[in-house]
This record gives sequence, C-alpha cells and structure tokens, in this order.
Amino acid sequence: MPRARPAYDKLIFELSSPGRFAYSLPECDVPEGDPAALLPKAHLRETPPALPEVSEVDVIRHYSRLSLMNYGVDTHVYPLGSCTMKYNPKINEDMARLAGFARLHPLTPEGASQGALRLMHELSRDLAEISGMDEVSLQPAAGAQGELTGVLMIRAYHLARGERRSKVLIPDSAHGTNPASTALAGYSVVQLKSDDNGEVDLGDLERHLDADVAAFMITQPNTLGLFESRIHQITEQCHARGVQVYMDGANFNAILGITRPGDLGFDVCHFNLHKTFTTPHGGGGPGAGPVGIKSHLAPFLPAPVVVADGKGFRLDWSRPQSIGKLQAFWGNFGMLVRAYAYIRTMGPDGLRSVSENAVLNANYVLRRLEAHYDRSAPGPCMHECVLSARRQKRLGITATDIAKRLLDLGFYAPSVYFPLIVEEALMIEPTETESKEALDEFCDAMIQIAREAESNPQVIKDAPVTTPVRRLDQTLAARQPRLRWTPGVRP
Amino acid sequence: MRYISNTPAQQREMLEIIGASSIEDLLVRIPPKARLSRPLALPPAMAEMDLVRHLRRLSAENAGADDYACFLGGGAYDHAVPSPINHLVSRGEFFTAYTPYQPEASQGTLRTIYEYQSMIAELCGMEVANASIYDGASSLAEAVLMAHAVTGRDGIVLSRSVNPLYHQVVETYCEGPNLRLRSAPLADGLTDPDALRKIVTGATAGVVVQYPNFFGCLDDVKAVAEIAHAVGALLIVVADPVNLGLLTPPGALGADIVVGEGQGLGVPLSFGGPNLGVFATRQDLVRRMPGRLAGATVDVDGARGFVLTLQTREQHIRREKATSNICTNVALCALMATIYLAIMGRRGLRRVGELSVAKAHYAAAEFAKVPGVRLRFGAPFFKEFTLQLPKSPERVVRRLMKHKILGGVPLKAFDRQYKDCLLVAVTEKRTRDEIDAYAAALAAAVA
Repeated sequence: MPRARPAYDKLIFELSSPGRFAYSLPECDVPEGDPAALLPKAHLRETPPALPEVSEVDVIRHYSRLSLMNYGVDTHVYPLGSCTMKYNPKINEDMARLAGFARLHPLTPEGASQGALRLMHELSRDLAEISGMDEVSLQPAAGAQGELTGVLMIRAYHLARGERRSKVLIPDSAHGTNPASTALAGYSVVQLKSDDNGEVDLGDLERHLDADVAAFMITQPNTLGLFESRIHQITEQCHARGVQVYMDGANFNAILGITRPGDLGFDVCHFNLHKTFTTPHGGGGPGAGPVGIKSHLAPFLPAPVVVADGKGFRLDWSRPQSIGKLQAFWGNFGMLVRAYAYIRTMGPDGLRSVSENAVLNANYVLRRLEAHYDRSAPGPCMHECVLSARRQKRLGITATDIAKRLLDLGFYAPSVYFPLIVEEALMIEPTETESKEALDEFCDAMIQIAREAESNPQVIKDAPVTTPVRRLDQTLAARQPRLRWTPGVRP
Repeated sequence: MRYISNTPAQQREMLEIIGASSIEDLLVRIPPKARLSRPLALPPAMAEMDLVRHLRRLSAENAGADDYACFLGGGAYDHAVPSPINHLVSRGEFFTAYTPYQPEASQGTLRTIYEYQSMIAELCGMEVANASIYDGASSLAEAVLMAHAVTGRDGIVLSRSVNPLYHQVVETYCEGPNLRLRSAPLADGLTDPDALRKIVTGATAGVVVQYPNFFGCLDDVKAVAEIAHAVGALLIVVADPVNLGLLTPPGALGADIVVGEGQGLGVPLSFGGPNLGVFATRQDLVRRMPGRLAGATVDVDGARGFVLTLQTREQHIRREKATSNICTNVALCALMATIYLAIMGRRGLRRVGELSVAKAHYAAAEFAKVPGVRLRFGAPFFKEFTLQLPKSPERVVRRLMKHKILGGVPLKAFDRQYKDCLLVAVTEKRTRDEIDAYAAALAAAVA
C-alpha cells in the first residue's frame, strides 16, 4: 500500500543549535599542549567548519526519518532493469562486520591477514569457475571501473604484440558506461546498429571488423534481455581478425550455471557483485566490479594479484606487464566478503536455480503484460523484459508518467528510456527473489495503469501524489544549480 | 531454495500461464553448444550456522584493529566510528535502494547526498563537492583527468609527497589519454619548491601535492599553488577530510580541486575497501566535474525537493563524451561520513584532530628517545610520522606484533631509499598506555 506523505522537510543543518553535541571523546591522556605550539599557525584553520551542532537523538531521528523517504528492496518491489535489485541477505552483513574483516587494516602484514587473502583467493577461483574464465581480478571498485580495467588489459595485450589498434566496436543498445570506459582507455568508439531484435547484426559487424579494431564489447544477454544466440559466430568472427571480445556482465543473473562467457569465446568479462551476487546497492554504491580474463591476458592483470604458494597467500606485485592499480588498496573487500558468503550459501545448484527463477519471473511478467504494452522483441526473454509504452504515448502517457504512477501504487519503477533503441522503453527486471504474489501485484498495477491511460489519464499525469514530494523541476535544478547548503540561505 | 520465494507448485502455475512446459523451454535461444553440461564445480551449499563458523575462522586469522593497537596509516586510519552510523546505514531503506533515478521515491538518499556535498565542500574550503568517487586514489585520477580537460594540456606533475599507491593509480588512468606524468622531488620530507619550479611548465595541466603528505609532513601548499598558478595549471590537493576540522582547508591555500580518502569519517577499515573518494572543486569548474551531483529544486506544488542534476556530464547521457565513466559510486560510505560529521559537528571534528596531533607528537617524542631511533624528517607533521630505525623495519614490526601492536608501515616496498624507515600513524584512539608499551617494545626490538 502507498504510504502517507511524511511531513518532514529538514536538513541536518537546520536542526543545529549552538552548544549541542553528539560526540563522545576521551580526555587527553598525554601532555596536550596547544596545537599552535606543535604546528605552525599557518596550518591551523582560522574558523571552525560550519558543521551542524546536534544531539545523538537529533541524528538518529533525522536519518531515520530521511530513510522513510526512500523506497528500497527491503520495503518495495524494485524492478529496475539492468540493476538486478534482488534481496540482500542479512547474514552477509553480519559476516562483513566480523571484526577480523571489518577492522582489518589494508597494510597489515600478509602473515597476519591470511584469512582475508584466502577469502579473496577462493572468491576469485569461484568467479573464474562461474564465468569459465582463467583468472579474475577483484580490484575494480564497480562495473565501470571493471570495464576500464578490461579494456586497458586488451590495449596492453595488443601493444605487447606490437599492434596499435585504435577502435572499439559497441552496439547502440549498450550501457553508457561501455563507450565512456572505452574512450577513457584511449579508444575511439564505433557504434554498431542492432537488428530488429536488438541482436548483433552479423553483416554490419563483419563490415566494421578491420585491423584497426581492438575489441568488440557486448552485453550478454543483451540489454533487451535476449541471449545473443549466434554468440559463437560473433566471437569466432572477431578472433579471426585478432579482435578481443568483451562481455559486459551486467546481466550475469540470467546465466549462472547455464552458460559461461569463457565457453562462449569471450576474452574478458566483468561482474557486478552488487547485481548478481547480492551485495547491497547502498543508494548508489559501493559496488564491486571484478574482471575475468582468459590466460593470454593474465600478464596484464592489475597488480597486486592474490596468489597461493605452498606456505599461504600473498600479494604478488612482480607483474612487469601489469596495467597498474585501479584503487589504492586491493578491492572493495567488504563487498567481496558478502559475495563470498552468498556463493557459499547458494552452492552450485542454488546458483543455477537463481538464474532459472530469474528467467521464469521475467517471462511471467512479460506474458502478463504483453497484451497491455508493446513487446520490444518476440519470443521468451531471459532475466528481464523490455516493453514499450509507445501505445500509451499515443494517448499522451509517457514511460516517465507510468513510472511515476507506479510509485503511487507502491512499487519502485522499472528503468525507463533504456535501452535507447526502444521507444518509450520500460525495462523490467523482477529478479528471482520476488514471489509470484509480488509479481501479480506488480502486473496488476501495470495493467491498471494501462487502463487508466485510456480512461483516466489525468491520474497518471498527476502522479506521484503519495511520495514525500511530487514531480520535481529538473530544469530549474540544472539552470540554477544549488549544490550545497549555505548558512542562512534556505535551499 | 533460500532467497527464492516461488514454490514448485507456483513455478508450474507460472509456466502454464506463460505457455511453456518447463524452464528449459524459456532458454531455447541458448544453443546446445553454449550450454554448460555439468554443475558448476563449487563447494556445496552451506547452512547459515556452518557459514558463520567458516567465516569466523577466516576472520580470526586476521590481526584486526580490535585485538591489536593499530599504528598503521599510509592511506587508511583507525579513527573511532560512533555507534549510530552502523545502525542508521543498516536501515534497509538506505541500504537496499539504488541510485535515485526516481527522485520522488528517493528523497532520503538525495537529501543525505546534498548534506554530504555541503559538509565536504565546507571542510575542503571549496564551493562544491560531488556525491563521491570510489576511493582517494581514483578520486585523484579523476582530478588529473579533469585538469587535463579544463586546461587542454597534457602534463601532470605529482609531488613525491603523494602516496605512492595513488601515484600508481594515476599512472593507470593516464594511459588512455596519454598524459605525461612527472614526479617532483622532496627535500627533507617536503615538496621542494625550487625543484618543482623547474618541472612545472606551460604544458602542465595540474600539480598534485598531498596535505599532510604521505610521510606525515605538512607541505607549504600555498607555495606550490603559486608555482602552479603562475603557469596557468590547476592545483590539486590530496587531503584527508578528518584532519580538516583542525587544519587549514586546502581551498584557502589555493587548491582548485581537493580530493582525498574519506575512510576516516566513520567508514570501516575493511582491508582497504570500500572506501570513500572525496572530490571538491570551484563552482566555475562544476560542469567539468566527474560523478553524481545532488541539487535543490522544487516540486509542482512548490515544495522543496532534491534531484540528481547536471547529468549531461555523465555517461548515461553523454556516453563516450562524458566527463568520466563513473556510474555506481560509494553512496553508502558517503552516508557514513555524513552521519559521522553530523555527530562530530564543528567542535568534535576539531577535537579529533587535536587529540590525534597531541598523541602523535607524544608518541614521536617517546619513540625518538629509543637509542638508534630518530625522526626521519625535521618538518612539522600532523598525525603520522616517519621513523628511521637501526634495525630492519619488517623485523621490528614482527616483534611488535608479539606485543599485540601493529607498529606501522615499513617503507621499503614503497621506495627503496626509505628501506630503514617505518611510517607510524597515531589517531585519537591510541592511548598513552599503548604508546608507552610500543616505546618499550621498540626499545627491546632494536636493542
């Protein structure tokens, strides 16, 4: 049920009262002295920072109230396509908070961090098995950084062979991070057109494959939720021209235990542990974006690599051809603990069942909604389905309108206007953790909206009315950016 | 199966409605040749209690900062984490939400991002801060790319005062755009202005200095700013925001971009990640800034609300022309920092700095009394300092471990010229007893 609009409209600064405080710090047990005696005056701040002065109760109540202004997986069906908003198991949180993990400094001597290094080593072996890859780097902090890592390894591979290739091919249906990461790695991006089913057009691919192409980067299953069935032809065609094939692993939740990128001929793939492997999305991260590679790319892995020798585990820094480091330390370890706990909890059969049920749920939603919204492609989908609101658009109702109305009906919205190749796209990813009952409620709401588009469009255009705020003025926000609180000025 | 809600009966019912006889029917697009014909070779599923036992065992193999007095620094610090942080960030409404694409249903997250941006900008002495980058090192790499984009120049000068691990990350990010990286040398632990002046030229896009620097010393940032600005280069300052309750904000010293690792602001050590990449800059550079930004606006009824804004900088709109490839950042860590800063407030954060400075200076004085041990540099330092030891630092660290002390970071792995040096960090958490025990154990270890 939609909740009532909470009448809370404060920023923490607006609760501030001079002299109030929430911190607890001990008396100084060493001779204190004046900081000005220890440090030259030029280094000391002249005025204290304008931080709030609030009590602990203020803090707890403020952030608890703010939390109530959010929808999350714990409270709502969250069918945000491409993001795999599945349930995040609570035991994973307990495990990541074990003191030997959460309170472990990254520069602790290796001999005194064997448990952490072992966990990383085992997780990288597990992900290699799941993906059919030879090696996995756990260092990238998120999917986009995984892409950069993978493309830089491809670049290093070509350069090591004395080849200066300058282009990367990417389908027009790709996530925006694909071209952005590729450009950051120094390549020019060539966009390929998808065919009517959103699949790679083999003829178009062939025309673009030349000696200047370093890589072809695709999402499998693709962003329409379809498995690229001619994948072997694609990878063979690329390899025949010395082109490396990169798989964006955003949609890995569809294929666990069913098929493996390594067996399909991919040279590189990244994982989003915050999608497939249940680490929480956190309102926008932290994620983790490990990268799997075939052995010919192993010399270029980011340093250091966790290795096992007879005596234990250690960080191997002696990687002369490494592309370097991506973050200061070894990876988003806290997320790695959660993913490890999940893989151990599920086991091989459980993981396969995850993907089977993700596919079942998406097809169920597709079946129930296909009479009411246009499909983007024929046949069964994988773990997500992409619908088009072009029929509703003719009635004056856009994908955005539908998204807003869903919020009123007690659901988070699907991804909208993505992939770009589908008009008025509604990208729905139910995930395996939703029950049939939850899916039925969601489908009923979608069908209700389709009917309202015909009978009572105003209720959709007015939506949302049950959320803490109603539709927000994005243009104003961009034209007159107000990006911080300033004392005495109400934003 | 746990975490999967549908019963076998429901699965059959759903298949019937779909018009398929089995889940296999739904996988027809995957050719037989592409199918994995065996189960994944992974350990079998574990029950919760077995998993807990297993992970507790792995956890116990690590020397965590609860069981050891932690004097390790080098980019991650054992600052106190107030209890409310974990309770609040564990709320599922924060924890299990994603990027606020639907702002009306994400006002909680958006407001916390706005508060975070405000607090970070204030601490850094800058006009605007973004919603976060992955960690301090990748934040620095993004800053370097931004300096290149703003100036159109290809040269980057990094002082040797910058954490060598950050230096490595910058190198990785400079590979694609082919930026030329040069190091500026130190003189007695500080960036040498005379040497810097010779390296910085009209082709320099940005000059990077760390404050306090990797060795703990306080560089003369103003002098570096003058050298950078004289040739039209941007000054990028790497700073730890937890120190900025007491230290002069880099913005007041001439910084054009301030980046840093915000882990000290209530984020668990967690073996180095996830961390919190802080990024702040000047208002006039905001459209070149990487990462997400929350901004204030109004809704159709005129009520105050918050949205992600200036998104035309970002990859999901601009694709290969975006200012950065970043998508998911570290919103939850930014929330931890926001709550931390709300709790510490204007006086508490200063007090954290004062305690850290007092204890670090007490520790440095006590350790330097040990025969053969001296402070490597004479420059003023903040909460971290570099010791020169008469015996192998690796060996000394092993001896200290026996006393339940994580004694510091041996610098040999970072730079061979400091192979007899140990980097020691002292936060407000360290007690006089711990410091005295360290001094005694150090004396025994080098005797």
